[in-house]
Amino acid sequence: MRKPQGPILRAATGVLHWCDERLPVIEFWNKHLARYYAPKNFNLWYFFGSLALLVLVNQIVTGIWLTMHYKTSAAEAFASVEYIMRDVPWGWLARYMHSTGASAFFIVVYLHMFRALIYGSHRRPRELIWIFGVLIYLCLMAEAFLGYVLPWGQMSYWGAQVIISLFGAIPVVGEGLAEWIRGDYLISDATLNRFFALHVIAVPLALLVLVVLHLAALHEVGSNNPDGVEIKKLKGPDGVPLDGIPFHPYYTVKDLVGVGFFLLIFAFVVFFAPTFGGWFLEHDNFVPANPLVTPDHIKPVWYFTPFYAMLRAIPDKLFGVVVMGSAVIILFFLPWLDRSPVRSIRYRPWIAKLFFAVFVIAFIGLGWLGAQSGSSLQTLMARIFTLIYFLFFLGMPFWSRWGRHKPVPERVTK
Amino acid sequence: MSRIMSGLVLVLATANGWGAGPTVKLDQAQTDVANIQMLQRGARMYVNYCGSCHSAQYLRYRRLMEDLGLTEAQVKENLIFSNAKIGETMTIAMRPEHQRDWFGAPAPDLSLISRSRGSDWLYTYLKSFYLDPDRPLGWNNTVFPQVSMPNPLWELQGIQEPVYETVVDDRGESRQVVAKLKLARPGSQSAAEFDDSLRDLVTFLEYVGEPAKMKRESVGIWVLLYLVLFTFLAYLLKLEYWRDVR
Repeated sequence: MRKPQGPILRAATGVLHWCDERLPVIEFWNKHLARYYAPKNFNLWYFFGSLALLVLVNQIVTGIWLTMHYKTSAAEAFASVEYIMRDVPWGWLARYMHSTGASAFFIVVYLHMFRALIYGSHRRPRELIWIFGVLIYLCLMAEAFLGYVLPWGQMSYWGAQVIISLFGAIPVVGEGLAEWIRGDYLISDATLNRFFALHVIAVPLALLVLVVLHLAALHEVGSNNPDGVEIKKLKGPDGVPLDGIPFHPYYTVKDLVGVGFFLLIFAFVVFFAPTFGGWFLEHDNFVPANPLVTPDHIKPVWYFTPFYAMLRAIPDKLFGVVVMGSAVIILFFLPWLDRSPVRSIRYRPWIAKLFFAVFVIAFIGLGWLGAQSGSSLQTLMARIFTLIYFLFFLGMPFWSRWGRHKPVPERVTK
Repeated sequence: MSRIMSGLVLVLATANGWGAGPTVKLDQAQTDVANIQMLQRGARMYVNYCGSCHSAQYLRYRRLMEDLGLTEAQVKENLIFSNAKIGETMTIAMRPEHQRDWFGAPAPDLSLISRSRGSDWLYTYLKSFYLDPDRPLGWNNTVFPQVSMPNPLWELQGIQEPVYETVVDDRGESRQVVAKLKLARPGSQSAAEFDDSLRDLVTFLEYVGEPAKMKRESVGIWVLLYLVLFTFLAYLLKLEYWRDVR
């Protein structure tokens, strides 16, 4: 190694070595970045992991600033949000970055999960990565729901009322459980306070731990790629996978481009369409919570609408809750449901591609239906799409083996 | 630039059908929050015709002064009719329980009315009052049927009367509905002048709903320009690093 030039560089190197003798700094850097070898054929779909991390940081930082001015009380919460929007310097920016970030988080995570689905990133030996991922998704849903209650608008209040009352459908313990969650007989100040505690500390902590585990598990087995080829099978004389490149600097600079594109879209929404036509911030939530007036049309924010559509499609409340819960829980079993002899969609037969396409239509269709008022035709469509959703997963052990799979290459393709 | 942006937003907004309010066809308000003259005229309309019964409890007079390019003297002279101080918010002296006794319902705070109802709704609502002898105060509204509020702008708009038509509904029952409104007695403004006045007022209400909107859009342009440059440089950096990857 060349001797570092100049006093500043020498001092910095000195500090680094001092630390490294006491803490494995360089080893950590190498293991996770400079000598973490990732397949060289990542495509567009592979930006969403690092983007999810970026949005997480955005949520934490803007969230810290929002808590500095937010008042955790049913009497003051709504006014304090308006105080942030009007009287706190740049408060509106922190609030819009946080509210837009919530929707961005789900967009990025849904695309990230879909990537895993089509390229078989959940398959052996990456099952644990997938399971940690689904746990992150569950935490994210809880986090989003809890956070949505805090502005204490009409939709905050009535959305919480509907969701918490679902626990009441559970036999025997249901009503007691719902009351225990609310801390009251209805959504109230007590509920707001505990939801704040869960939103700003409990769930974020769990989320951070899970993200660390998700990445640790990923770096143990290595990344999958669009060809579904295991790059560690073919290594050069130096022990480096032939199709692998160091994550840093190659993917750090590449992800920087992805970050740029993402921020362009994100900033456009924050500065020019923060409510996104009522999809990201709903019109009814600009009316303070009023326990005496039920809104005409209670609906969740868009990222929950697919599951809400399933709930509404089923006439029996308990069965509806069970179906809705199963729709998420079933994701945990994906690594064992998929029996395809190849990982990537690139080498799967047309029948598998058809199943994926129909699944996407059903999921997006459910998302749209969950935001509508629910006419009888819409209910029928929601039932059909719910059936497709479950057939996709429950039938996967069978249909994933059908058809002729193309031969998988030895090495990654361009 | 911001017009193109708002055009895009409009397309998104109309594509989803999540808008507030009933299914009456709404007229386009064509508001422009960047237009200071419109905001100043709208503020004057607001304090003269709305601000005695309705509060705007989250808006401070000082904020109004800064954003609308006014002096403290101008605000005190033209916009403050009470003994409120410049740093205070636009509250009212009337009590909600009295309003309930007098009108049938308390007058809602207008700080966020443009955000919950939308500008087009407000614009159409404010020009859709008509005489209805069946209502306690003699006024009804096609956009908000059975509303408690009497028409505050009748002196400007004039007085509208309904033209009824008979429709037969799904169950074969016929009933009378308001087909259109006709001007029975003209006001001090022509129809076009009144539309412009309303446009000023609704623009002001849109500003009241989100005072940060003016700044948000002007800052946003620079943020986007910076990000275009950043992304381009990042792309060049990526190309440079990836030259040896085959």
